Amino acid sequence: MTMANFTVPTVTSTVTSADGLTEKISVRNLDFFYGDHRALKTINVALYHGKVTAFIGPSGCGKSTLLRVLNRMYDLYPNQRATGTVQLDHDNILSPSQDLNLLRAKVGMVFQKPTPFPMTIYENIAFGIRLYEKLPKSELDGRVQHALERAALWNEVKDKLGANGQSLSGGQQQRLCIARTVAVRPEVILFDEPCSALDPISTAKIEELIDELKEDYTIAIVTHNMQQAARVSDFTAFMYLGELVEYGETTKIFTAPNDRRTQDYITGRFG
Amino acid sequence: MALVSGAKSPLYAQRRRRNGIAMALAYAATAFGLTWLVLILAVLLWNGFSGLSLRVFTEMTPPPGAAGGLLNPILGSIVMTGIAVIIGTPLGILAGTYMAEYGRYDKLSAVVRFINDILLSAPSIVIGLFIYEIMVAQMGHFSAWAGAIALAVIVVPVVVRTTEDMLILVPDTLREAAASIGLPRALMIQKVAYRAARAGMITGVLLAVARISGETAPLLFTALNNQFWSTNMNAPMASLPVVIFQFALSPYKDWQELAWTGALIITLSVLTLSIVARALASQSKSQ
Repeated sequence: MTMANFTVPTVTSTVTSADGLTEKISVRNLDFFYGDHRALKTINVALYHGKVTAFIGPSGCGKSTLLRVLNRMYDLYPNQRATGTVQLDHDNILSPSQDLNLLRAKVGMVFQKPTPFPMTIYENIAFGIRLYEKLPKSELDGRVQHALERAALWNEVKDKLGANGQSLSGGQQQRLCIARTVAVRPEVILFDEPCSALDPISTAKIEELIDELKEDYTIAIVTHNMQQAARVSDFTAFMYLGELVEYGETTKIFTAPNDRRTQDYITGRFG
Repeated sequence: MALVSGAKSPLYAQRRRRNGIAMALAYAATAFGLTWLVLILAVLLWNGFSGLSLRVFTEMTPPPGAAGGLLNPILGSIVMTGIAVIIGTPLGILAGTYMAEYGRYDKLSAVVRFINDILLSAPSIVIGLFIYEIMVAQMGHFSAWAGAIALAVIVVPVVVRTTEDMLILVPDTLREAAASIGLPRALMIQKVAYRAARAGMITGVLLAVARISGETAPLLFTALNNQFWSTNMNAPMASLPVVIFQFALSPYKDWQELAWTGALIITLSVLTLSIVARALASQSKSQ
């Protein structure tokens, strides 16, 4: 499937003609409601395998809400509902028959605030693996190490795997959370402002990590930091007041946006 | 500089005076409250320690005029408190878990919370009378079971409340993180939420123990008292609070002394529990 199958409000030409891209997630006519408040308005967007898609826009524009639809995190709370379709491969994940735990095993999420579980560093990773696979100890150890290596944390924690995960620094905690997400072997990873609580050095590490991870995963990232979006993403979606204003290749969005509002936002005139 | 201080000094002097008065009042109130506590503890220690000996822990309650100890009421208190906690804790934790995790947004949860608060502040004598009606009157005799269950009825609302409060303090971000790796809710509660709230929940149980270990009224109507060694749960059983009540009101000097000693034992046990609870709570905060 390629982009040509559906239309978005203002599609930049590069994307429409893009070839060799596989749609991993495709969002069609998505509306989202908090009670009576319509927070997302007819969103159409696609996430491609092996690519990073950034969602930017001022606070309250609905970018986090959109992300939380993709793994149905909103289902934890009452009075929140989504209409439309969200295709993950060939399944509509919004269908009531969708198994939420299986969905979330496929679509992992990293949050704004680092959220290590109240257990040891080792257990933080092993816990998720054991949910899906029964492995002998040696193999489990290997998987834990691999996940921590993927998250560029192994060298810092290999001598204290028994320490509490919450005793690490903020940046390390966030990489621990990334390792935890990767360990479950998802297909898609959602990053919800993963660096907004981190210092510049940790931020740089996480960005490098995202760049490495995109080889194997479909990645979506919500960020307030436009430089970050420009640095890490292949595609960028600009959202404003619950609408997806513009969506296209990151270079295009940041150099020659079609929409006036996109231009105003990325040049810092509002937001 | 002179201008600034000159313009502000009358206002500052007034504020300083007010602050002094408020602080003096606060100190006086604290001192007033502490005085009584210290007096109570001093009298208790003075009267209780004089009777404290090994015999207190090795001999049964004596008839008036004879020598004896408090072994049977100590045992009775431990047994009935223990059974009350064994019955009350799982019920309380499960109900608290329902309210904080499964039914947080349900109306039923609000109703349960309201009723639980009523139960929490219900006079314990009412609970004693209730168990008397449904157990003692039906069975035709007082029993340790009835005493333990009356105490369990007091334990439940305390544990429900602390469990709910502690689970609600667990940040939603942690729940979302657990959900984000596909953890089913029951496992999330068991492995993540309970773990994060563990110290607070244990504190709640310890507080419940502290509360029931001094309760007299519910036991008067249920377990009554027993002058002899008894481990039969279907028979009346002695307990420290009831023995203190009986001995303190008696005209016999040696019984009165034993009552003081019993009161000291309860106070020290509750004090120890409170300190343990405090230590656990501060440990969880520092994590």
